[in-house]
Amino acid sequence: MFYREAGDFKTSYAADNQTFPIAFDRYRYWVVLAIAFLVMPFIINDYWANALLIPFLIYAIAAIGLNILTGYCGQVSLGTGAFMAVGAYSCYKLMTAFPDVSILIHVVLAGGITAMVGAAFGLPSLRIKGFYLAVATLAAQFFLVWLFNKVPWFYNNSASGQISAPERFVFGVPVTGANTDAWAVYLVCLVFVTGSAIIARNMTRGSMGRKWMAIRDMDIAAEIIGVNPLRAKLSAFAVSSFFVGISGALFFSVYLGAVEVGEVFGINKSFLVLFMVIIGGLGSIFGSFAGAAFIVCLPVVLKLIGVDLFGWPPDLVAHFNLIIVGLLIMFFLIKEPHGLAQLWRVAKEKLRLWPFPH
Amino acid sequence: MKLYTLTAVALTTALAAGTATADLVMPDLSYRTGPYAAGGIPFSDGYQDYLNMLNARDGGIGGEELRIIECETGYNTEKGVECYESTKGEGALIYQPLSTGITYQLIPKATADKIPLHTMGYGRTSAANGEVFNWVFNYPANYWDAAGVIVNYLLDENGGDLKGKKVALVYHNSAYGKEPIRTLEALSAEHGFDFNPIAVDHPGQEQKSQWLQIRRERPDYVLMWGWGVMNQVAIQEAANIGFPMENFIGNWWSGAEHDVTPAGDGANGYKSLNMNRIGDLPVFADIKKHVHDAGNAAGDGSNLGTVLYTRGMYAAMLAQEAIASAQKIHGVSDVTAAMVRDGMEALAITADRMKELGMENIGPAFDVSCENHGGSGLGIVQQWNATDSKWVALTDYIEPNKAVTDPLIAEDSAAFAEENGITPACFKG
Amino acid sequence: MSADFLYGIEVILNGLMAGVMYALVALGFVLIFKASGIFNFAQGVMALFAALTLVGIMEGQIPFSHLINEIFGTKIHNFGWEVPALLAIALTLLVMVAFAWAVQQFLFKHLVGQEPIILFMATIGLAYFLEGMGDLMWGSNIKTLDLGLPQGGSRVIEELSANLGGDDFYGFFIDKLDMVASVVAIILVLALIAFSQYTKHGRAMRAVADDHQAALSVGISLNFIWVLVWSLAGLVALVAGVMWGAKSGVQFSLSLIALKALPVLMLGGFTSIPGAIVGGLIIGVGEKLFEYTVGPMIGGATENWFAYVLALLFLVFRPQGLFGEKIIERV
Repeated sequence: MFYREAGDFKTSYAADNQTFPIAFDRYRYWVVLAIAFLVMPFIINDYWANALLIPFLIYAIAAIGLNILTGYCGQVSLGTGAFMAVGAYSCYKLMTAFPDVSILIHVVLAGGITAMVGAAFGLPSLRIKGFYLAVATLAAQFFLVWLFNKVPWFYNNSASGQISAPERFVFGVPVTGANTDAWAVYLVCLVFVTGSAIIARNMTRGSMGRKWMAIRDMDIAAEIIGVNPLRAKLSAFAVSSFFVGISGALFFSVYLGAVEVGEVFGINKSFLVLFMVIIGGLGSIFGSFAGAAFIVCLPVVLKLIGVDLFGWPPDLVAHFNLIIVGLLIMFFLIKEPHGLAQLWRVAKEKLRLWPFPH
Repeated sequence: MKLYTLTAVALTTALAAGTATADLVMPDLSYRTGPYAAGGIPFSDGYQDYLNMLNARDGGIGGEELRIIECETGYNTEKGVECYESTKGEGALIYQPLSTGITYQLIPKATADKIPLHTMGYGRTSAANGEVFNWVFNYPANYWDAAGVIVNYLLDENGGDLKGKKVALVYHNSAYGKEPIRTLEALSAEHGFDFNPIAVDHPGQEQKSQWLQIRRERPDYVLMWGWGVMNQVAIQEAANIGFPMENFIGNWWSGAEHDVTPAGDGANGYKSLNMNRIGDLPVFADIKKHVHDAGNAAGDGSNLGTVLYTRGMYAAMLAQEAIASAQKIHGVSDVTAAMVRDGMEALAITADRMKELGMENIGPAFDVSCENHGGSGLGIVQQWNATDSKWVALTDYIEPNKAVTDPLIAEDSAAFAEENGITPACFKG
Repeated sequence: MSADFLYGIEVILNGLMAGVMYALVALGFVLIFKASGIFNFAQGVMALFAALTLVGIMEGQIPFSHLINEIFGTKIHNFGWEVPALLAIALTLLVMVAFAWAVQQFLFKHLVGQEPIILFMATIGLAYFLEGMGDLMWGSNIKTLDLGLPQGGSRVIEELSANLGGDDFYGFFIDKLDMVASVVAIILVLALIAFSQYTKHGRAMRAVADDHQAALSVGISLNFIWVLVWSLAGLVALVAGVMWGAKSGVQFSLSLIALKALPVLMLGGFTSIPGAIVGGLIIGVGEKLFEYTVGPMIGGATENWFAYVLALLFLVFRPQGLFGEKIIERV
């Protein structure tokens, strides 16, 4: 009906190249943003924020980061957890070393530091491919976690070996530490998510993203047509790690507030983010959001249904949770191996023809 | 966006279902799945069974029914936070997460929400300083006390002299495992024993290197700070290298039945600390009668009387006493979380009271005060008897070394206070 | 000979033994990857599940008893009999074959021709499912596995070798369980090789590993071969689960041994059975030696990451692993 290109005339190259070529999509995008920025902060409460929205937003950033590396550049990484830890620890060191600088700057800098570390650990990708690379990134995962656990400098010699975020303010409102309000934390995360998504979207459709995709589709062929694999792969590692680092910094500073590296940024985190990317859809920014939402919400929803609605004992529900999550993953992969993003694309295609599909 | 709406519906219905009641709400953040389930299950069973027994036998505490909300954390910090957020709105009175990691998340959150946190023998040790941590309690004992208790026990065994003895510490390479190192270093300087920490990485399935090292160096004593699979493997490996088990002493999270049974007879003689008395207590009969026979046992009901079950029950008893003392202080039976905090701070556990509750001598008698949230720090040493398959208490309650740990606690809590801009003071209203 | 040198040898010997234990887990990965190109992340959980099933059957535990009790309000836990070990192993193998069939029938049949990463994800889903299923069927407490396997250091070796060094040397420590595991591993590998070389189905398996389409065209049923391969992987998982479970008791952490096998796979190559063994030995010796020599200087607990770094170093020179098939790229 109203979801179609017909009648929506483009008069400039800029208009022709825009992210959402269909008018309805553009309006929808602005409406979502408006709700997220202008409505949600007023209706949010602690439970919504801490159990669902904030983890969703932060994981979405990590998923965008990993999607750039795995989805766009084709390099499978299982080191996401460790790179998040790099972000978290650099953020902590920066926060305690320069208490007067704004936390927002620290988070971005933490992303920058992670980008450098990520690029360094991306070097083996020039020789190692496929699953061998995936397992090789586990070296980064285990080594970095061990390092943060072992060297007292990283946690400022605290007796417990944990890092905990001191109180910091943005425009006079506390966003880390004990006395935060859900809306403030939510807004900080939202700003970073929006920024990351816009940057990532524009990077991936620019020349850089095209190079990444060329490498993904066939690296030798890409090399022949003039893509420098060293640059392309390392830039993918760096950009991906930048986002992952930001998400790690946020995860530590505004969400959890205190972190023990082996427990929070262990190998499970790496797998979790990879899940999000694959369930959401490789090579799709929307997919990163959908995957993050799916993985964050699913256990909570299952728990609510099982424990609160049906009154089953929590341990049975926990076991069923595992079974159902496993079944759902398998079901999704069988029905739609390209993830939620593909479902969304199919839905849009159908919508274009609706209500006269013939 | 569809997912959102779905979740929203599920959430609102679920949250609306149970808010209006005026019971005493006791959240139980348990873990019955994941790598640490074997420890989480008996603890949670004991905690719930005792509270259920209070409901069935006494009609709750002070005439108010207790409502237990169990929430599965899987020992995972994020799920722990989710559990905390989903239960706090129900009027939760006291949190006991049984995980050091989750404790660290909850310290700022619970402080801001004004809900007391009780971390019994785990969590942040310096929370014993009640002037900095107004809402956090870790009585009756903490890890640093445990290190002191072990060294005092060893001193006692060696006629008061540990000079030149070699003591190794096998520890879980995490915040939890690293806790006692500072205390033990200070103690080794004081008593002149040689101290050597040996790290085991999570999960601890493979410890050959560590135990070969111990076999080479032949320490006189090996201490252990382990949890989960690390315990079982360490005890097996110690038996394998023929280390004299009576010189191998675990802390109180490394001394449950399931830690020693996989090693069979090899584990005979292994010692561990305990912060609570073990064995048959009169209260078990009540639990059996009112809870298990009524078919309300938490879990499968097979854990009654095990070490961790008893500890979970002990934790529930301390919560019960805190609530009772809050009811007494404020003169109302339907207490709030803030009142329970006052009750915890005024808590006085006496030998008579424990006897009255049917758990004579289950823990040391101790008082809590505004300055000291850590209790007395006493612990016993127990030994595993493989032929009878049971733990036997070897000693009475042993004093920790407060002279060493108190300055460390003051230092660490002062650092926390400075980092977070807290002026140490007793809590007032 | 100086005691330090002898201890070095001891560390190497124990490293070799540990390597065998890693290789036991890695073998299962290789079997499946070679035949179907699936990187089976669920191998560790399969080991856990197999061991849980074995203990459950031996002790006569009623599967799903917790669930049944919850629904029907009953209080059943045990059949009240004990099954002899050998029979229990046979029954467990039957369960694993049934599992293999189900995996093929309901999962991978529908995923034929998908990209490797999708197949990998599917096995992670499988791992979740199996973990929940294991807990639900048999409960999540620690179970003691008692097959009568010998435990503890061998006193004979210790005494015989004790006079090699000075007073500081106490003789070599070799764990009896490790020796049993090595023998079992050797038998297992020989049996696998014999099976794949000299039997009809074994040859068919190799044909499928070489080329799916060619194998199909000569009348080999891919479906059957894949069920067979998953069953074999189930057998290997059972052996690994028994060996590891004898040490720690059967519990959730058993599934984490998969992480120990990954560097072995990388180093040996995903497609080579001898590679799994040699890789296991190199990783075992390498990580133990590193922990012995360098570990104390940098704070210990290095084994987890060093195994991966070691494998990574090998890969830089041989990107397909030591024994992996040469990667030939064409445009």
